[in-house]
Amino acid sequence: MPSMTRRQAYEARQRRRATLIAAGSTAAVLIALIVLIPLTPGWEAVKHSFFNARVFEKTFPGLLNAFVMDVAIFAWCAPLIAILGLLLAVARDIRNPALYPLKLFSIVYTDVFRGLPVILVIYLIGFGIPGLGLPRPWNSPYIWGSLSLILVYAAYVAEILRSGIESIHTSQRAAALSLGLSSSDTMRFVILPQAIRRVVPANMNMFIALQKDVALLSFIGPVEIFRQAGVYKSLMANFTPYVGAALIFLAITVPATRFADHLMNKQAKARS
Amino acid sequence: MDRLELRNVQKSFGQTQILKGIDLTIEPGQMICLIGASGSGKSTLLRCMNLLEPIDDGAILLDGADISEPDLDPQPIRQRIGMVFQSYNLFPHMTAKENAMLAPRRTKGLSRANLDAPVSELFHRFGLGDRMDHYPDQLSGGQQQRVAIIRALAMKPEIMLFDEITSALDPELVGEVLDVLRALREEGMTMVLATHEMGFARELADKVCFLDQGRICEEGSAAEVLDAPQQERTKAFLSRVL
Repeated sequence: MPSMTRRQAYEARQRRRATLIAAGSTAAVLIALIVLIPLTPGWEAVKHSFFNARVFEKTFPGLLNAFVMDVAIFAWCAPLIAILGLLLAVARDIRNPALYPLKLFSIVYTDVFRGLPVILVIYLIGFGIPGLGLPRPWNSPYIWGSLSLILVYAAYVAEILRSGIESIHTSQRAAALSLGLSSSDTMRFVILPQAIRRVVPANMNMFIALQKDVALLSFIGPVEIFRQAGVYKSLMANFTPYVGAALIFLAITVPATRFADHLMNKQAKARS
Repeated sequence: MDRLELRNVQKSFGQTQILKGIDLTIEPGQMICLIGASGSGKSTLLRCMNLLEPIDDGAILLDGADISEPDLDPQPIRQRIGMVFQSYNLFPHMTAKENAMLAPRRTKGLSRANLDAPVSELFHRFGLGDRMDHYPDQLSGGQQQRVAIIRALAMKPEIMLFDEITSALDPELVGEVLDVLRALREEGMTMVLATHEMGFARELADKVCFLDQGRICEEGSAAEVLDAPQQERTKAFLSRVL
C-alpha cells in the first residue's frame, strides 16, 4: 500500500469488515422473513387478498388517477397554510398593546387547533358548515374539507415559524434597531427571512404529513385515492388496492422525507 | 453636529444597578474612550445612548433636547446615532452591500440606484471594494467588522458608538479595523468607544473615562488617565491590563 498511511489502511479494513457484517445480518433477516412468513397458516389467503397481481394491475391506473385529486387538494392547501401560518406567527410576536387582540387570537387559535385531532375538525367543519344549507358550490366537501386541513396545519406551521423567530439571536434585532429601522421593518427584512430559512426542513416535514392527511377528506366525500381504493376493494372483494395506494404514497413521501433530512443535516453542519 | 450630554444616567437590570449616575459630555468632533473591566457598565452605557436600553433615571440630551423621554419615538434618534457591536451583528442573509443599503432604503426612502454610488464609495474607501457582493460568512472577522462600520456610516450618523469592536477579532485583524477608526477621526467624526485597546486610546482619544462599578471613577486626557492616574482603582485596573 504505497499511497495509504497506516491509519488509512486500518480504517479501510474496519470499513470492509463493518460492511460485511451489515450485509450478512441483513441477508439473514430477509431470508428468515421470506422463508418463515409463507409458513404461517393464513399466508395463502393474505397473499390472495393483499398481494394479488391481477387486481393490482387492474386497479393501479385508477388509483394513480385518483391520486391526482390528492395532489390537487395538497396544492391549493399548502400555499394558504403557509400564508395563514405566517400571519399567525407574526401576530404572536406583536408588542403593540393596541393590537393585543390579534396576539390573543393567535394564541387561542394555535392552542385550539393543535389540540384537536385532524379528523374531528374535518367532521365538524366538513359536515357542519354544509349543514347550514348553503347553495352550490358552497356546500362542497372539497371546500370545507380543505379549509379544515388549512386551519389545523396553519396552527402547526405558525408554531414552527414562531420557534424560528425566537431562534434568531436578539443581537440581530438590536443591530437592526440601532440603524433606525422600525420594528416592523426589523421583523420583515431582518428577522423573518432568517427565521423562515431556518425552519424550512421542519416545515417540509409538516407538508409531508399534510400530503398523507389529505386522505382523511375521503371520510366526508371527496373521491381521492383512499376512497377510490375503498371502492375497488368493495367491487373486487380484495384489499390489494390499499397496498397499491400505500405504494403511491410512499413514492412521494419517502423521497420528500429524505430531502427534508438532507436539508436538516446540511443546516446542522453549516451551523456547527 | 450636535453635542451629546449625559446627566446622572442610571440603569438597573432587576436588582443589579449597572449605571449609578453617569455624567458625560461629548462635544462635536470629540473622540471619547470608555475603559474599565468587563461588567463596569461600558456596554450598557453605549446601549443607553443609542436608546436600545431605556434608562431608569437621569437624562440624555442631544442638541439640548432630552432623548431619554420614555414616550419618545426612538427611531429618528437612532438614525442620528450609529452603533457598531463587538460581534459585528451583520445580517447573514444579505450581501455586504445589501447590509449597508437596508436602513437608508427603508428609513430615507432612497432607492438602490440612489444609494449605489455613495455606498460603493464607502466600501472602496475602507478597502472592501471587491467584497461588496460577498455574504458575511464569506468574509474574515476584520472584514465583517469593517462592513458593520460601513453599514452604520451609510446612515450618515452624527455620532458613532463603538462597543469593543476589536475584542472578538484575531490579533492580526485588529489593525485593519483600527485604521478605519483613524480615518473617521481625521474626518472629524464624533465617536464614543468602549475599548480595551489602551495604545489606541492613548494615540487618538480626546478624553478617556475609566468606569468602575457603574460610575466614572476618573476622566481626563489620555495622558492624565493612562499615564498618571490619580485614583487607586484606576491604577489597579491599568496595572492589570498594561
